[in-house]
Order: sequence, then C-alpha cells, then structure tokens
Amino acid sequence: MHDLVAITALGGTTPRVDTVAGVTCTENPSVALASVAARRGQEAKAQAALAKLIDASAPDVEQHAGGTIAAFWSGPDQWMVEAPFDSHEDLALQVKSAVGDTASVTEQTDAWTRFDLAGDPLASVLELLCMLDLRKISAGSVSRCSIHHVGCFVLCRSSEAFSIYGPRSSAGSLHHAIVTAMRSAL
Amino acid sequence: MTQNNRLSGGQIDRDTTLNFRFDNRSFTAHPGDTLASALLANDVRLIGRSFKYHRPRGLLTAGSEEPNGIVELRTGARKEPNTRATTIEMFDGLEASSQNRWPSLKFDALGVNDLFSNFLSAGFYYKTFMWPAAFWEKVYEPIIRRAAGLGSLSAEADPDEYDKGFRHCDLLIIGAGPSGLMAALTAGRAGADVILADEDFQFGGRLNSETFSLGEQNASDWATQAVAELSTMPNVRLMPRTTVIGAFDHGIYGAVERTGDHLPTLPAGKPRQILWRIYTKKALLCAGATERPIVFENNDRPGIMMASALRTYANRFAVTTAPRVAIFTNNDDGHRTAADLHAKGVHICAVIDVREDAPVNYDYEVLSGARVIDTKGRLGLTFVEVALPDGSTRTLDCGALGVSGGWNPNVHLTCHQRGRPVWNEALAAFVPGSNLPVGLSVAGAANGQMSTHGALQSGAEGAVAALDLKGVLPDLPEAEDAPIAQKPFWYVEGCKRAWVDQQNDVTVKDVKLSYQEGFKSVEHLKRYTTLGMATDQGKTSNITGLAIMAEVAGKSIPETGTTIFRPPYTPVPIGAFAGRMKGQEFHPTRLTPSHHWAKERGAVFVEAGNWLRAQWFPLPGETHWRESVDREVRQTRASVGVCDCTTLGKIDVQGTDAAEFLNRVYANAFAKLAVGKTRYGLMLREDGMVMDDGTAARLAEDHFVVTTTTANAVGVYRHMEFVRQCLFPDMDVQLISTTESWAQYAVAGPNSRKLLQKIVDPEFDISNEAFPFMACSNITVCGGLRARLFRISFSGELAFEIAVPARYGDALMRRLMAEGEEFDVVPYGTEALGVMRIEKGHAAGNELNGTTTALNLGMGKMVSKKKDSIGSVLSEREALVEPDVLRLVGIKPVSPDEKITPGGHLMNIAGPVDAANDQGYATSAAYSPILNSSIGLALLKDGANRMGEKMRLVSPLTDLTVEVEIVSAHFVDPEGERLRA
Amino acid sequence: MIINHPLLGPRDAAEFTYLGDASLIDRPDWQAEDAAEAFYDYAYLRDNPAGEHKELWYHEAGDRSWLVVTRDTTTHEISKVELARDVARARGRSK
Repeated sequence: MHDLVAITALGGTTPRVDTVAGVTCTENPSVALASVAARRGQEAKAQAALAKLIDASAPDVEQHAGGTIAAFWSGPDQWMVEAPFDSHEDLALQVKSAVGDTASVTEQTDAWTRFDLAGDPLASVLELLCMLDLRKISAGSVSRCSIHHVGCFVLCRSSEAFSIYGPRSSAGSLHHAIVTAMRSAL
Repeated sequence: MTQNNRLSGGQIDRDTTLNFRFDNRSFTAHPGDTLASALLANDVRLIGRSFKYHRPRGLLTAGSEEPNGIVELRTGARKEPNTRATTIEMFDGLEASSQNRWPSLKFDALGVNDLFSNFLSAGFYYKTFMWPAAFWEKVYEPIIRRAAGLGSLSAEADPDEYDKGFRHCDLLIIGAGPSGLMAALTAGRAGADVILADEDFQFGGRLNSETFSLGEQNASDWATQAVAELSTMPNVRLMPRTTVIGAFDHGIYGAVERTGDHLPTLPAGKPRQILWRIYTKKALLCAGATERPIVFENNDRPGIMMASALRTYANRFAVTTAPRVAIFTNNDDGHRTAADLHAKGVHICAVIDVREDAPVNYDYEVLSGARVIDTKGRLGLTFVEVALPDGSTRTLDCGALGVSGGWNPNVHLTCHQRGRPVWNEALAAFVPGSNLPVGLSVAGAANGQMSTHGALQSGAEGAVAALDLKGVLPDLPEAEDAPIAQKPFWYVEGCKRAWVDQQNDVTVKDVKLSYQEGFKSVEHLKRYTTLGMATDQGKTSNITGLAIMAEVAGKSIPETGTTIFRPPYTPVPIGAFAGRMKGQEFHPTRLTPSHHWAKERGAVFVEAGNWLRAQWFPLPGETHWRESVDREVRQTRASVGVCDCTTLGKIDVQGTDAAEFLNRVYANAFAKLAVGKTRYGLMLREDGMVMDDGTAARLAEDHFVVTTTTANAVGVYRHMEFVRQCLFPDMDVQLISTTESWAQYAVAGPNSRKLLQKIVDPEFDISNEAFPFMACSNITVCGGLRARLFRISFSGELAFEIAVPARYGDALMRRLMAEGEEFDVVPYGTEALGVMRIEKGHAAGNELNGTTTALNLGMGKMVSKKKDSIGSVLSEREALVEPDVLRLVGIKPVSPDEKITPGGHLMNIAGPVDAANDQGYATSAAYSPILNSSIGLALLKDGANRMGEKMRLVSPLTDLTVEVEIVSAHFVDPEGERLRA
Repeated sequence: MIINHPLLGPRDAAEFTYLGDASLIDRPDWQAEDAAEAFYDYAYLRDNPAGEHKELWYHEAGDRSWLVVTRDTTTHEISKVELARDVARARGRSK
C-alpha cells in the first residue's frame, strides 16, 4: 500500500461542503471513473459487456443507469463508468477485463471533479449555470453542457439530487460558479 | 414638502410612506409610485436640462419610452446616469439628481446654448468644427462633450453583481397588458409552459391606467385577478420587471430582469439584474402601443406631456401634473384623458381638438378645429396659446398640457430579424409586417388591435394559434370596443422651435434642413440630425420625423421608408452582459494538482491559456527574477530539478488502427514504434505549416498516449476528432483527453535517475540499460501507486517525466522534494524551462507560430513521403522548399554583455537596414547562466549554411542594433550525450 | 442559433465550434497525379454562397460530434443536420 496522501480537487484533505438555504453542494472525491468507447464494429458486443458490468442496459443517449457500478452516456458509442473510489480505485482495469477487446478503456478518475447538489429548488440554481432545458430532465438524465465556460456533465439523480462533473483543474472556478448561483437563487 | 398633487384612488399603498431625495431635497412617496409619479405628486415638473440646448425639461411619458425625464439614480459607485424616472420603482431612501445642468437645475449656465440655437442646427458638428483638423480632438470635441451630454459616470467600478440565466418555454408572452394576460390565461389553462414577461413591476399594462370595466370588474381589478390565477399555475412563470430586449435567431430571446433595482440595498449574494436567454418554441408579442405627440412651437416645456401619461398618472398613481390641465388632441383618446381627469376633480381648461367635428362634452370646453401655436413658462408650463378656426387666438392658463397624436404599435421586436413594418392607412401607423422572426406572432395593440376587446380577443387567438390549441378559445370579458380611426396630424403649421426628438434636441426645422441639404434617406436623416439615436431610440419621435420628411419630399410615409429597430429595446447595463464573467472570473482558471504546494513555496505564477503555471520559485534574498531563474537552471543542470508539466495536453489514442491514425495526423511515421517507446511527433496543418508538436508513447499495440503543447491542447483534440470522424470514419480509433487525469512532472538533471530510484518501486528497473532514452512504461511508486514513466527530455539533460493520478500530485511533489534533499533538488518554473529549451535549441511556441514549416525548423526530413499524412503534400510547395527558406539557427551577441531581443530582425553586417534586405528574425531569447551570455533562436534565410556569419540584429522600434554571430541552435550538449546518459 | 443535433436534439450554437465548408471532408488522394493541385484547391478554395451552405460544426461543449449543418447564409435557416461521420461515409470516405 503506497503512502501518498490524496487531496481533493479543491485542494483540501476533506471534501468541501457548502449549504445555502435548503441546498447543499458537496465536493465528492469518492468516485472512480473510467471511459469506455466501443471499438469499430464491436458496438453491440461492447454494449452487452457494459450491460453485464453495470447490471442494466447500456445507457442510451443522455441517460445513466446501473447500481454500485453505473454508467452514463458521454458520446456516440461512448460511456463513462462510475463506481465508489474506495472499493474500485482500479476501476479502469476492472472495466477493461469486462469489455476485453470490444472497447477502449481509459482511466478518468482524476480527470473530473464532482459536486453533488442536493435540496430544493435545484432548478432555480441550475438555470443560472447552464442552458439545459430542465423541463426535459428527469432522474436518469445526463447532459454535457458548459457552465461558465467549463465543460461539464450534469447528472440528474432525482429532482432534488444532481451531480455535476467538471474538469478537475477547473474545480475552483466551477465551485465558485455553483456556490455563487446558490447564493443568488436561493 | 407634501404631496400636493395627489388625487383620490390609484394603485398605491397610502398606508406606507417612503422618503426619497431629488437634487438634495426631501420628499415623500408611497409604494406603487415611480420616481416620476412621486415627483409629480410633489409638484416637481422640472427634471433636467436638454442634451444640446440645455432647455428645461420635465416628463413626457409614464413609461419606458421616456425621452426627457432622465436622472442620475443613486450615489457613489452605484450612481447610474440616464435612468428614466418613469421606470424607477420607488423605494425608501431613493436618491436621484438631475443631470446636464450647472450650477443648478433652475439656473443652468449652459442654457445660453439655447440662444445660439441657429449655430447648433442639424449637422452642426460637421459644419462648424471642420477646420483646422487638429483642433477637432484637442479643442472642439472636449468642449462639446462637456457641454452637450447626458449624465455622468461614477468613474468607479460597478459594485453590483449580475447573473446570466437560461430558461425554456413553449410560449413566451412579451407584455402583460390585456392581450398578454389573455394569451397567458389561454395558454396556461391549456397546460402549456408559458413565460409571461413585462417591463413594469405591476402586470396589467394599460389596464392599470384606465377607468373602464372588463365584464363586471374595473380594468385593473380584472388584471389583478388574472395575475392571481396565473400565479397558481405551475406551468406559468411570471417575470415582472423583465424587459425582453431582443429577438434573436431560432426563437431565442434576450431579457433583462431587474431583480434588485427596486430594493434600497441588495441582499448579500443577490444580483442586481439577470440577463436571461429564453429559448422558445413560440413567442407572442403583446407589447402594446405608444402614444405619439403632436409637435408645436415650444412643445418641450415641463408640464407638456402625452395625454395618456396624464391619464396613467391620474388613474394608476393618483397624481395630477397640475391642478389646471388642457388637452391637445387629434383623436378621441385625448377626450378620454380629459374625461378621466375631470372625474378626478382636475380642472380641464379646454380640450383643443384639431378636428372640426370634435365630440362635444358638456363638462368642459372643447375647442374644435383649433391648434396650439405656442406656450409660455420658463421652468414649467404657465400658458398655452391656441389658434381658433376663426383666426382668433386664446390663451389658456394651465400647468399641464396633455398631447395626443394617436397611437403607434410597438413593433420593435418584429424588426430584429430584418422584418420591416408596413403602413396601415386606417391607423396611420406602422404595424408588424409579414416577415417576422421565426415563431413570433403579434397580438393586441402591438398588432394594431387598438380596442380593449380587440386586445383580449387577439391575445386569446394568438395563444391558440401559436400552440395549435384546437377549439379552446376562452370566454372573454365584455370590454370597450371603440372603433379606431387615426387621422394623422403631425405638427402645427408654421412651427420652428418645435421638438421632434426631445432627448437629442432635434426640431422640425432640423428635419427640414436635413432634407434641404440632401440627406433624403431616412437612414441619412437619422445620422445627420441624430433623430432617434438617443437612449430612448426615438420611441416617441421617429415616426413624426419620418412624416415631416415625407411631407417635404412630397411622398407618402411608406414611400419614404422606416428606420429599422435593433436590440436592445431599452438600454442594458454593460454589467448585465458580463454577468459573473469579470475580474478573476473573467474566464475559468485551471490549477495543476500541486498548485497549492507551489503557492506555499512562494512561486510566481503566470497565466498560460487558462492555466496558472509557476514561473519561478524565488528564495529569500533573491531580489530579481533572473537570480531565481539562473539558480534553477544551474542547479538542474548540475544535479536535478523538478518541473510541473501537467498542463501539457494528453490524449489517449486507442484502437486497432491507432498507429495508422497517428501516421496520418503526424508528419513522421509511427506505425513501427515499439511498445514501451516514445517518439517525438510533428503535426502539420493541411497547408503544410507546423500545427503543434509533442510526444507519442506506445503503451500497447493498440494504445498510445500523445502529448500536445499546453496552448494547443483543445485545438489539437478537435483536429484529431475531425480527422477521425470526417476524414477516416472507418478507422478503429478512440480518443479521449487525459490531460486532467494525471499530474505529470519533469525530473531533469544528472541526478534525476538517482532521485527517481528512491521513489519508483524496486521491481521496476530504470537503469539506462533497462530504461533507455525514449522508453516509457507503466510502473508503481511509493509502495504501489500506479504511475507512468517516460524518459523524455526538453531540457537536454538526462530526464524523465513521471505521471501519477492527479489527486496524488501534491503528495508526489512533496515527496520528490524531500527525497531530493540529498541531491540539492530544485523546483523550476516555466522561465527556467524556457531557458533550458533555448539552450538546447528546441522549437516551442515562439517558433511554432503558424507560419513555419518543418523545413524552417530544421525538421524537414521528418516529413515522411512514404505515407499519407496531413500537410505532407502542401509542405512540398515550391516557395516552401526554395534553397534560401528560413532555417532555425542560434544567435549570440558578439559582445557577451549585449542582449538579444526577440522580434528583432537580422540584417547583413553591412548594407541598408530595411524590409527589402531582411534576412530573418529572432524568435526566442534568454540569458544562459551556463554560457554566461544572452542567446537566442532565430529564423534566418538559408540559415543552415551561414554558421559563423556575423550579422546585425536590429529593431527599429526599440532602436536596437546588436552584432550577433550565427551559431548552431544547440548551445548545450549538441551531441545529445547527456540525455542518453 | 439553435442546431438540431441528430442525437441530442436542439442545442444552442454557443456549444459548437465552427470550421467551415463541408467540402473539407473531400480530402484528395495524396498519391494522385494532380495531388498538388487538388490539395491546393482543397486547402484554399471555397464557394461563398448567399443561400444554402453545407458547413462543419463541432459540438465542443457537448458530445464531440462533428456535424454537417445545412444553413442558409442569408436567413440562418437550418434545413438539415447530419453526423459528419455519416456524411463522410456516404461520400465514400473510409480508412
């Protein structure tokens, strides 16, 4: 076991939590990520392998699905797999062994920072951040969008729980944007 | 002062009293007032001085079309000039002051301009200040700017915050008057997603200003009830205080919501305004109509107002401008004002109606076929002079005159996509044309449906049509449905100093003069006289100007044309367009994983793209950056240094065709690169110029990791996706950025291996034999952490790049520093990195400047001719391969204490110094602490064959001439022995 | 503007990066006899129609798809949006 101590994307040793009115924004570093992109001509097999891994159909366009290991659509024949970090730090290896030669797998764990938004009303916060049509978004939706010029994934887990993935290096700017919008809207 | 001009009734909350100040005098008002209504209630008619002639001016209207009643609102950094008093919602503690006057509003020194009006007529800028040319900028313009002007800026940064937001709806309804409310009720009841926006703080539009009834209710009660019903609908969003400022492509609308302007102070974190981008399937414009004036001599005195505005002030705000009022009209609507004011107990001196057959009213006198020919009153109206049809004149003693010239539909948004309004003869007004923005339709008065019934019906029908709601036209309340015929009457014959555009001080005479002087197109008229170009954009003046123009040209108004309206509908603070993107947040900032460590070490950062990169790490006692940089270079070359290179773009390339894909995007060959090896890659644009460079490491047969320069990471990724999707769509290759995943550090210097051996887990042999130059491998460090090791060198030293998952970057950097203590390890920044790459002769951003080819950079042989790669064919173009093309060389001053400046041009040692004799230019320069000399890289004609030549490096800009010697670009270790050690 | 992405539906043009004429898909054969001439045309010559124009847009802030958008340059009306990869295949591009 190595002895290097991780820090969060915001630079802390513990995740940052901000609460405004009834909404909480929590930095969530406890997630492992790996991208899966089907090889040419292997799309069906890759989808089947992914489905087996997440115990659900491979998510369709702008959807997410799964349990402990879950996945969301990130592009044509391309998904992001997410799982708890503590138990799946080697997620990319696990995914690669599940999909074999049907797909390319790339570790993405630290490419992203994740902020979990919980509470009500989230729509009034999100409408200050991104141009998504929130009326079309429900539990299971995923959208790639730009938040203050930072490219993000916005996952809707329920109307009162969203996860926002943004590039790790921009965690500070993204966090500032989210918390500012919370203070503004709530 | 007490509110002497208050009437009974109105929609104000008399139980609460608000205090406000205007020009340092204290007044009282009530919630529901605007600044304008409150000033009138307190008998303040004089509000400001006009733009050019400094004429005393008061309010003209009760809405956002106001040209005259503009003030400076608030104080200090929050001072906002040119704010329309008619739209300022009253709050306790409001402070406003008049503008464009000195020393005081009542005595304004520049009022003398009015006496010189003959010199300030249309086009006076162009005529008067022509000569001498040099005087324009230094003398005339500053004087004019000081004299003619609107409010003054605070000259401080705007302390408020603004947000931007995004909303979507099925139907956006613009305006919440009778048509807008009826449309919203119809659409909302049908379950559609509706946004109803209105610039006013109170929904209802004209319904709040009228005394007639809708069904059993009076008009404003009906509006209140409609709003109450709408606010219970979850599918309807009500946006009061929201101006839809523009109609853009494909159903996108811009809207400014004033969330904080009506509050004395903004709560912490709250925005003053929000700029919304509203995505709509359909939109319905219910913007109503604006009353237009009749122009007559001295028609700009405080107290002369639009008749409908008098009615609004009386009915909605319970205010009369003066106890004695006259009305000047050409239509029945003027009589409605007279009747309403009379009913409120205001004395109507007379209604002056230009029509011979004016309707008679027994409550007050009606002067049929009469005209207003002049007015009196220095700081406010006192007398109106009327010409009667029999040729006699009458003088009316009154403090206010309501003017009604008919109504113009508010067609503005219909023009934002090049639509042109069309002339409607019955209304004598422009109505929306057929070429509307996609998805927009128009209802109510904005569409020429001038009666209340017409507005309600067209609003309901508009919603039904827009949303294709079949057969659900709701019951409409019974409402007035008076026939509207507007016979135009633009101005009173013979008037001269009669104001068409009151904000820009354009008179009837100016418009006629413009035509006489040849400015006959409407667009020329506008620019020559500045008619309609003030902050009100001519909402009350454009059409009158056009009508006068048509008359002098002997044409009809539609033949004369119309000016086109452009966004924004009303002025928008720049801050709203910026939103949160200002100061530090102007663009997102990217931090490397060990940023906080670098900050602790006192690093000086530089912005590179969005990244903050450590530039150098000053030690105590170092007073000049060069001391730090020289030390970092020396220590690295002598022992070992560590540099954060996380910011380089990293792209994961996988797939069975990955190698062939790289063959196509790089000029050099990759197919045969062995697994476990890294190769330099040179990427060309299709035109043969160098696009970017980097390395590609082959981690498996079907797996590469390629790097890009920091600045080009996004563009290179985009380009590779283009190649993959558009050029070779059947290649089996998958791309994903991994820039953010890994914290990557260059460990460079003769002791770099020894340092790394202390952290790389022992099962990985990184000796020169097992892990030679350009090797790469997946390894583990510090007892099992997955990592990647590359033996590549930018500094020219024995060097490695080591990557760990980003969350461990900070810890790894600290570990390297701790373990490196015995080697005197040094962290180095981008400056030392730059010095060492120049010493080594590596091309970087300064050389990859978009105009250089591989041949220019000394890498011509790398462009493989045995394969298809982007840029290969065009890199062969004749002019790019001539013998004397620019080649990368090193330069150093003949006298070691002289300095090389990048950007300087190389000239032969003798001969003229000019562009024709230009031999090339210096691209990069640095002081080399190893060579104890300034050194540089340059692109020189036929440079490869000019080694040892003495030349002049000149920069006429900085008066620089330095004698330099042309040398190899590889100043340090030209044989590459160190990096292979 | 709104671009109706074939997979994602209507998206704001602000999410996209514009490249230009979709003729950039038709990259010439590097081994053809007239390759130099053909590449010159390909790299430098573009039609500039007032009217319908097929052009390449990249969904940079989205799913990274390249799209071929058929847009009227005089009205901004977008009549067709296709995945560039499908267009490229239909035009005979492969590996």
